[in-house]
Amino acid sequence: MSIAITTQIICFSVLSLVILIGALGVVLLESIVYSAFLLGGVFMSVAGLYLLLNASFVAAAQVLVYVGAVNVLIIFAIMLVNKKEDLKPISDIKSRRIISTSICLTLLSLLIRVDLTNVWSLSSPQNSIGEESTIRIGEHLFSDYLLPFEVASVLLLMAMIGAIVLARRDVMSKDISTGLPVDQELLEKSSEPLLTNKN
Amino acid sequence: MMSLESIPIQAFLIVSSALFCIGVWGLLNSRNAVRVLMSIELMLNAVNINLMAFSSYVDNNLIQGQVFTIFVITVAAAEAAVGLAILLSLYRNRVTVDMESFNLLKW
Repeated sequence: MSIAITTQIICFSVLSLVILIGALGVVLLESIVYSAFLLGGVFMSVAGLYLLLNASFVAAAQVLVYVGAVNVLIIFAIMLVNKKEDLKPISDIKSRRIISTSICLTLLSLLIRVDLTNVWSLSSPQNSIGEESTIRIGEHLFSDYLLPFEVASVLLLMAMIGAIVLARRDVMSKDISTGLPVDQELLEKSSEPLLTNKN
Repeated sequence: MMSLESIPIQAFLIVSSALFCIGVWGLLNSRNAVRVLMSIELMLNAVNINLMAFSSYVDNNLIQGQVFTIFVITVAAAEAAVGLAILLSLYRNRVTVDMESFNLLKW
């Protein structure tokens, strides 16, 4: 990377601040829609970090897949299940919060301790492939990572078919619970939910 | 012109550790199922930052970490699609996205 070190440090600090504050907003904010848009900001900043690490191809993939597909999918899901509901209060919510927060803080301190105390065997920057990384990724994908690459395409196909089957309302000719025939139209009809009021 | 000094790898690792822990906290404490899926995405991104940092500092000629990141992004996209489809069919059957009410497997 031929950017001056000061510029790199400024970019890194701004990006990591955006990532951490945005992630805190994603988990803490009351409104789920704000969370979803903040998540998009976090994904964009992670793509910025990838650019700082000389990985333009992965940064582009991050923007396309995460911001363009995953985030849009999440916003669609929020739109489809957007119902204001009063959540039932949980009796032992306070002790749960305390336990989970302490677990997370312990995990964080452990990870940071490993990050700081371990001696990483860094390779010298002279060997760095630098801006040629896209070419190298292509070589990897079509030589030693060819089988995982092909398996990934099968995985994506399976995920696509599975998502369609799960999200479609009526895929069977008979309702499982009542045995009545269901109509196969694509219009949403009001039907009795199967599993409500069962606690 | 390659500059010898750069950001230490520990900075990237600490950012990714913090992001991962925020994701774990959100996963444990969210009551909205969509927010749980978002926390999983945060954790996957933390892992990706880690892989990218190591591929750029430790393995900067072969960059196998970047190939791994591509595969993780692929799996994350598949996971998001299937997860949200499961969430939709759950919502259809229970008319809620409250994680506390998904207790069909509770004994």
